[in-house]
Amino acid sequence: MEVGMKVGIVRFPGSNCDADVYRAVTDGLGERATYLWHKSTDLEGVDVVVLPGGFSYGDYLRAGAIARFSPIMGEVIDFARAGGLTLGICNGFQVLCEAHLLPGALVRNRNLRFRCHDVGLRVENAGTPFTSAYGEGDLLHIPIAHGEGQFVAEASTLDEIEAENRVVFRYVDRRGQATDAANPNGSARNIAGIVNAEGNILGLMPHPERHSLSVLGNTDGLAVFQSLLAAVSRGRDHPGDRRTDAAPPEAPEFAAGAVAGAGVSS
Amino acid sequence: MTRTSLERVEARPGDPVMSAALVAEHGLSPAEWEQILGFMGREPTFTELGVFSAMWSEHCGYKNSRPLLRTLPTESAAVVQGPGENAGVIDVGGGWGVAFKIESHNHPSAVEPYQGAATGSGGILRDVFTMGARPIAIFDSLHFGSLDSPQSRYLFDGVVRGVGDYGNCVGVPTVGGEAIFDPAYERNPLINVMCIGVLPLERLIRGEAEGVGNPVMAVGARTGRDGIHGATFASEELDEEAVDSRPQVQVGDPFTEKLLLEASLELIERDLLVGIQDMGAAGLTSSGTEMAARSGSGIDIDVAYLPVREEGMTPYEMLLSESQERMLLVAKPEHEEAVREVLERWDLQAATIGQVTDDGMFRVREDGVVRVEIPVKPLVDDCPTYVREGVMSPATAEARAAELEAYGSFGSDEEVDTALRTLLDSPSIASRRWIHEQYDTTVQTNTLEGPGSDAAVLRLPAEGRALAASTDGNGRHTWLDPRTGGRAAVAEAARNVACSGARPLAVTNCLNFGSPLRPEVYFQLAGAVEGMGEACRALGTPVTGGNVSLYNETGGQPVYPTPVIGMLGVIEDLERRVPSAFRREGDEIWIAGTTRDEIGGSEYLAACHGLVAGLPPALDLDEAAALVDFLVEGAADGAFASAHDASDGGLAVALAECAVRAEGGPLGCTVDLDAAPAGADVSAAARWFGESHSRVVLTCRPGEGERIAAHGRRHGVPVARVGVVGGPDSPCRLTGAGHAIAPPAAELARIYEEAIPRRMSEEAGITS
Amino acid sequence: MSRVWSVDVRVTPREGILDPAGETIRRALGNLGYEGVHSVRAGRLIRLEVEADGPEAAVASTEKMCEQLIANPIIEDYVVRVREG
Repeated sequence: MEVGMKVGIVRFPGSNCDADVYRAVTDGLGERATYLWHKSTDLEGVDVVVLPGGFSYGDYLRAGAIARFSPIMGEVIDFARAGGLTLGICNGFQVLCEAHLLPGALVRNRNLRFRCHDVGLRVENAGTPFTSAYGEGDLLHIPIAHGEGQFVAEASTLDEIEAENRVVFRYVDRRGQATDAANPNGSARNIAGIVNAEGNILGLMPHPERHSLSVLGNTDGLAVFQSLLAAVSRGRDHPGDRRTDAAPPEAPEFAAGAVAGAGVSS
Repeated sequence: MTRTSLERVEARPGDPVMSAALVAEHGLSPAEWEQILGFMGREPTFTELGVFSAMWSEHCGYKNSRPLLRTLPTESAAVVQGPGENAGVIDVGGGWGVAFKIESHNHPSAVEPYQGAATGSGGILRDVFTMGARPIAIFDSLHFGSLDSPQSRYLFDGVVRGVGDYGNCVGVPTVGGEAIFDPAYERNPLINVMCIGVLPLERLIRGEAEGVGNPVMAVGARTGRDGIHGATFASEELDEEAVDSRPQVQVGDPFTEKLLLEASLELIERDLLVGIQDMGAAGLTSSGTEMAARSGSGIDIDVAYLPVREEGMTPYEMLLSESQERMLLVAKPEHEEAVREVLERWDLQAATIGQVTDDGMFRVREDGVVRVEIPVKPLVDDCPTYVREGVMSPATAEARAAELEAYGSFGSDEEVDTALRTLLDSPSIASRRWIHEQYDTTVQTNTLEGPGSDAAVLRLPAEGRALAASTDGNGRHTWLDPRTGGRAAVAEAARNVACSGARPLAVTNCLNFGSPLRPEVYFQLAGAVEGMGEACRALGTPVTGGNVSLYNETGGQPVYPTPVIGMLGVIEDLERRVPSAFRREGDEIWIAGTTRDEIGGSEYLAACHGLVAGLPPALDLDEAAALVDFLVEGAADGAFASAHDASDGGLAVALAECAVRAEGGPLGCTVDLDAAPAGADVSAAARWFGESHSRVVLTCRPGEGERIAAHGRRHGVPVARVGVVGGPDSPCRLTGAGHAIAPPAAELARIYEEAIPRRMSEEAGITS
Repeated sequence: MSRVWSVDVRVTPREGILDPAGETIRRALGNLGYEGVHSVRAGRLIRLEVEADGPEAAVASTEKMCEQLIANPIIEDYVVRVREG
């Protein structure tokens, strides 16, 4: 029986964090990874699809807008809609929003400048296939590197994703508080990462793959990939767990995940 | 002027008639014109005149600097590729090489800071990946006028955005550099960018055009009228008129650059190419002729096949266009189709525009009709060079002779405290966070020590090894004493690299000077290069290439002579790398190196007294070399918890920097400066803020100081224990020369961090 | 008579200046099957409410703003237009 996991990393023209995800999966976790070319229409039987960071098509027009129409995206959308584990990091998050696999949009940072530094993140929901190796409320230090990372959405959409506990990561300060000063880009309610209603698609602006190698001294991001490995293994043991219906997987944990203090002081 | 008959080469209908004025407009002197007539045996066509003008400009031909640059050492066991290629290459062990080079884009950035800086980054990236190396790091060495001036703030903001947007998009981290602010650079900022790449040494490829009949291909962006005569432009003074008659601004396209990068590396990895070169300054002209010159071959191209962006472009324009993101390839003939396929896969244009010949000619046709036929060798190799007379400027002589005794003492402790705060608030010293947070510093997951450290440290592919790199230069010191300034640029860069634990191996240099036709500028250039060569020899760090940028002046006022050095070094065991800031409360603080009575040319005099005067600190090469050995061996032995070079602002500022940069928040310290090794009759100001060379602030675990002392004895480096690292809430308690201050570390940190953002805050929202 | 005029500024890359965004959009449209798009130039529209004595004055003052800030005359062209109402 097959063990472990195979991660497919989509390479769009202009992707530039593809190799970093590859290293996080292979060197960091010891699992298999393969690149999926944007002109291809074959997901090669991967367990997880990652849309990596970078500047697909130069971010011209709008970040992610052109990449969203790549041939591979047809397959990715089918895969994700069928419950396949799909992770969009930074530019990948923008592509997921442009493809309407996740709600909202990412617009220019509040200060209109590119920002790159470690941010504090609080794990708001440890019940997702991307975060099960974390504990709820864990504080992480993960780098951001983006010019268009301000998450915006209609108030009703925000209320909905909050109510469904779909905010997975929030920007926080050293003490774990979601303050305005800890918000690097002006994102609504300090949102750094969200999942879809079914819980199998995660988009986040910070780069967990950059903090997944022990040689660099910080492995706060590795648990994202460890969580995926656990989810893939679980799915293999219990194939029925890979949902194609609309019910959120691991619903009890989801429901229980409402975190005190999740509101944003601003 | 007599007209010789043109047999094979046909002038283009409508070309301007050749005249002495036209030749002069193309920057060629009557003597140079005679030389051209001599080896051509006829009068060149207008198109050919354009070729000569570009190739014999300072930018491509190094007319005024070549004789000086020839004196620099260029060889060592580590050097695989010295000057003359797209980039230098050194061997870093394990079968891996590092390609690196620094280049300026001063004039284009003065005209349009965002695009100027962006295209500068693009050019230097291409220089590195055309060697077969994957770029892993960018450094930017920036010099601007005072941030009190709106013009300087505008330029600074645009340049930082330009450097950032380009590298960020291509996915190469910008991990180090410097930003210096001085009115001397007000109208003519210096934008120097260094790129570093790694390659398996067996994959090293050069810019060569070999093999008769091999196809020559133009790849990447289409050719427009951008930057025609950029090379010539870069070789002229920047005055109001130049700004108005500027060439069409080149616009950078980092997206296409990324595609070019990936496609080029794939072509090289699959061994499909004979040679590859960036179409940089003077575009197709310089890339074509230089590739042929390196191989002793010829090249025959037809511009009718060159993909263009605009209608009606003439051969003259196509040859001199500096449109960005273009490369010239020579493919192996059996692989021409495979090359085309790779490029198409990356959505890139490729056009075969000609072939390699063996007749030694640079021949350019327009739809079959020969418009240019110039022998490559005299064009590239026989560019005339000039050795001029240099004389120290009266202003420099006067400044050197200034009496500084009155500035050697302080009236009160408060004066010392204020001076320290003033220095930390000086944008040239202050935190560069405002800059580097706009740069992606961690993409590619190699960054071990990023900006804010003496040297950036990056993982190398060779197991367990790391690369350390730094850029340094001091225009003020060089203006006061060119030879010392040249020495100091090399020595300080070496010191920074060695502080991280790396053995310095080689340098790339960027020489930013005024017009060499001015005797006082030539004096600066000659002196700085001499000093640079001396230091490179003493430290065993040869020059592998670089760039010369002359005519950096506005309104007849040259910038400070500013040689910038990019230094590389290797750390054998990356776990033994040394950070620059204090690590933990209770660690012992030591100072290595001798403080002398030197305050001339210091940031202290400039920032606190508005004075640029005196002799800059002397640089003893034996001391510098001994200190490097001491640092490298001490680091390998694990003797240091931290190591930080003392430079601008002297020991007091170096200590404060160690305190405010501590990871996890500022730490205090208690230090007696009088305990530091010192020469005779050191004034109070020199003891606190003097910039004597070859000094380092070290820390170690409590009780482990004897190891520092032992390394000091072994290398003849004077060391002394001067104090102890304090806690997060404690002050920086500094005493010396009868004065004592105790500013809270947190307060110093605030000054240090806010200096640049405070000055740039009004600028929020400015876009280019 | 001073009143507020609604002014549109259309900023486009100057003729002959490379426009990477436009070029990339053009290629993407081709990939999506839109034939016959020969050129795309990407610019931006800026809408201002300007108080002035008349439409000419509104245009004149806006043009000054364009020269100084709104456009970058080195690489961009701009057209100023007063809207109805």
